[in-house]
Amino acid sequence: MGKDAGPEERPKWDNKAQYLLTCIGFAVGIGNVWRFPYLCQIYGGGAFLIPYLIALVFEGLPLLFLELAVGQRLRKGSVGVWKTINPVIGGVGIACLIVSFLVGVFYNTILAWVLWYFFHSFQEPLPWSTCPLNESRIDYNLECKKSTPVNYFWYRETLNITPDIEISGSVEWGMVICLASAWCIVYICFIKGIDSVGKAVYVTSTFPYLVLTIFLIRALTLPGATDGLLYLFTPDWQTLTNPRVWLDAATQIFFSLSVAFGGLISFSSYNEEKNNCERDAVLVGVINSATSIYASIPIFSILGFKATTAFNACKDENILALTNYFEFSDQNITLQNYDYWYEYLNTTYPEKFQSLSLRECDLQKLLKQSVSGTGLAFIVFTEAVISMPGSQVWAVLFFVMLFSLGLSSMFGNIEGVLAPLNELKLLPRWMPKELISAVICLISFLVALLFTLSSGNYWVEVFNGYVGSVPLLIIALFEIIGVIYFRGMKTFSDDIYIMTGRRPNIFWKACWMVISPLLLLVVFVAYVVVQAQTRPTYQAWNPDYEKFPETEEKLYPDWVFAIIILLCVVPVISIPLVALYQLLRGRFRKSSVGMELNPYDNDAFVTDTQEQKTQRA
Amino acid sequence: MLEKILLLLSLSLSVAEGLCKPGVGEAYKVRFSIKTALGDQAYPWNKNEMFLFRAALAFAMRDFTNGEEFGVSDIHPCNETQRVSFWFVVTRPNTMDLVDKGTVEMAIKKSRNRINGAFLLTDKTLEFDGIYPTLAAPVSPDTPPWLIVFGVVMGAVSVGIIALLVYPLVQRKLKKNMDADDEDSDEETGVKTAENGANDGIYNSTFSDDERFTQM
Repeated sequence: MGKDAGPEERPKWDNKAQYLLTCIGFAVGIGNVWRFPYLCQIYGGGAFLIPYLIALVFEGLPLLFLELAVGQRLRKGSVGVWKTINPVIGGVGIACLIVSFLVGVFYNTILAWVLWYFFHSFQEPLPWSTCPLNESRIDYNLECKKSTPVNYFWYRETLNITPDIEISGSVEWGMVICLASAWCIVYICFIKGIDSVGKAVYVTSTFPYLVLTIFLIRALTLPGATDGLLYLFTPDWQTLTNPRVWLDAATQIFFSLSVAFGGLISFSSYNEEKNNCERDAVLVGVINSATSIYASIPIFSILGFKATTAFNACKDENILALTNYFEFSDQNITLQNYDYWYEYLNTTYPEKFQSLSLRECDLQKLLKQSVSGTGLAFIVFTEAVISMPGSQVWAVLFFVMLFSLGLSSMFGNIEGVLAPLNELKLLPRWMPKELISAVICLISFLVALLFTLSSGNYWVEVFNGYVGSVPLLIIALFEIIGVIYFRGMKTFSDDIYIMTGRRPNIFWKACWMVISPLLLLVVFVAYVVVQAQTRPTYQAWNPDYEKFPETEEKLYPDWVFAIIILLCVVPVISIPLVALYQLLRGRFRKSSVGMELNPYDNDAFVTDTQEQKTQRA
Repeated sequence: MLEKILLLLSLSLSVAEGLCKPGVGEAYKVRFSIKTALGDQAYPWNKNEMFLFRAALAFAMRDFTNGEEFGVSDIHPCNETQRVSFWFVVTRPNTMDLVDKGTVEMAIKKSRNRINGAFLLTDKTLEFDGIYPTLAAPVSPDTPPWLIVFGVVMGAVSVGIIALLVYPLVQRKLKKNMDADDEDSDEETGVKTAENGANDGIYNSTFSDDERFTQM
């Protein structure tokens, strides 16, 4: 087996389980934990499952099947595959490369934040449970007092965030070393390509399920868990009439499955050709959605617990105020008879009661405080963990789970960068794959240093909102068009027949030819329209804001807006550019090189056959 | 003689009662939340507990003023409620002069833990209205614990990376040595040299699946 001299044999998965675990790990990411439950909650609980599952069946599964089939049949990474189908759409692979790189850069920053919290979870008490003292040591830090210790720890001690995206601040050294650790961990898993990734996913893809189960059992025993679950799953059928719900369901499925990154194409190209990719696609898609639903149960139990704790704390505060004011005996008013006393005192001594200005304690309002994204993980969840007995254990488990979820998704991103780079033949032959991976990780780390600035969080949100959205939709559209119209439905059906032993049935054909492209187009147009309607804004943490601790809504300055446009356009600009280049090249060169679909094509014999052809002619 | 003493006592009592006026002057309000703190093991509030409070406060005053002989009779409570809250004033020993608020506050602050301990309560459940407990300084160890965890994780990862990079190189060197030994010893066995040659050659996949190409 040639190592450095001559063409390398394509790497292979050790067994099917590795392949499936890698694909599932790529699809199942942090978004399943912190985005889906939030959507479920704001869109009427159980009712949201209907548009979600419909989107999965008609949009998610066809796209997934398409990518896995194309990769497995053509046995190349995302650049090679599209070049093979038709050089005109070769730009799609380059677009995948750029998007995978940009997404990988900011996604690993989120993992760096998770690592920071993980490192800080080994303290007693947890550092986000109390406020630090101010300089005079008489009182707590002012910013912390006005907001909460958890908010303070996230915004000030972790991010040291500036009040505005234009104020860059300085590099946060704690965050830099966490970022370096995150990239080193990614590197060690990717050091031998899929040989090491395949081993790593045994842990990173299965561990989250273990932790979710542990959390499920723990969370269901917490007081208030049932309130949270009821709130989550009570269906509000009215929301189904809101088109925004369907749009968000389609968008969520699309981004959740991690299609259009090119990683899935690469992963399936390492399979043997006769592999039932139809079953794999359905399996990965269903497991991804099932994980989202499964994860929302402990998340919402814990949110219910948090709301109940806050509710009881609010009532305790009021009870103390009432007991002190009316000089009742201690513990006369308890949580149980609070409502009775409240009514009685309100009616008997109305003026005195009003003068106390008690806080309104409303459980439903507390449950409604829905958060997604970093807010859920680093603010809401960390606050809930403080009230749970054995906080350190739960915090450590939670952050390790988040890290594994994110790490397995990072594998797909890195693969989406490395495989195309190898195929574009931009790198010299003598570079071993370990060195290439190291260089990629190093470059990504250096670019990600932007996110370790004090304004880094704002930039992560810019990247998250714009790189990880519009370009992917465009790429997916071109992927479907490329396969169905450039390769042809008939050829593709033959491909699938060769691989799985039967042709795709009418459902798949209908989806690929009509339904999925239509859905994607609608989602894309609606997405762009919704974004274009309002000038984009961001939420800034400004201690000098008069409504602090609420975040201040600010407009993006013009230069940031220009960068946003660049981020949306640069990844996909390669598609028309390459198409144009190929068309012009085809014009000027009469002879067209035949598309050799033969996977056993051996370069050594090309000259021979041409000579034979000329000899025969 | 007896009448004089009685007169003095009643006078002092009435004067003392006049001294302790809620919310005015040098009076402090104190609140006990015994049931909240102790639950089932709460003791009932009675005259004996009040005596203990006066004794504890007298001790605090003595401790702060370094020896001035405050007694139980120098602490004058009034306006006791069911809450268990009452006001009190402190007078200088053997006189009716009130001790100013500042001194009382500092004395209580100094001996807060002792007073709390006497009643099995905490800063929150034994409240002195207006005297805020000194906040516990947060524990700040010399090396932040998170750096230790970071060091452990990064150490393990670095060792892993170096091991994974160096191990194949070491293996290859060992194999080359073994191959060199083999070549020296098995020069006659042509098969082995062919194998060695094949190891360095190019793997030609065209010959792996003959049926596809030999159509003739």
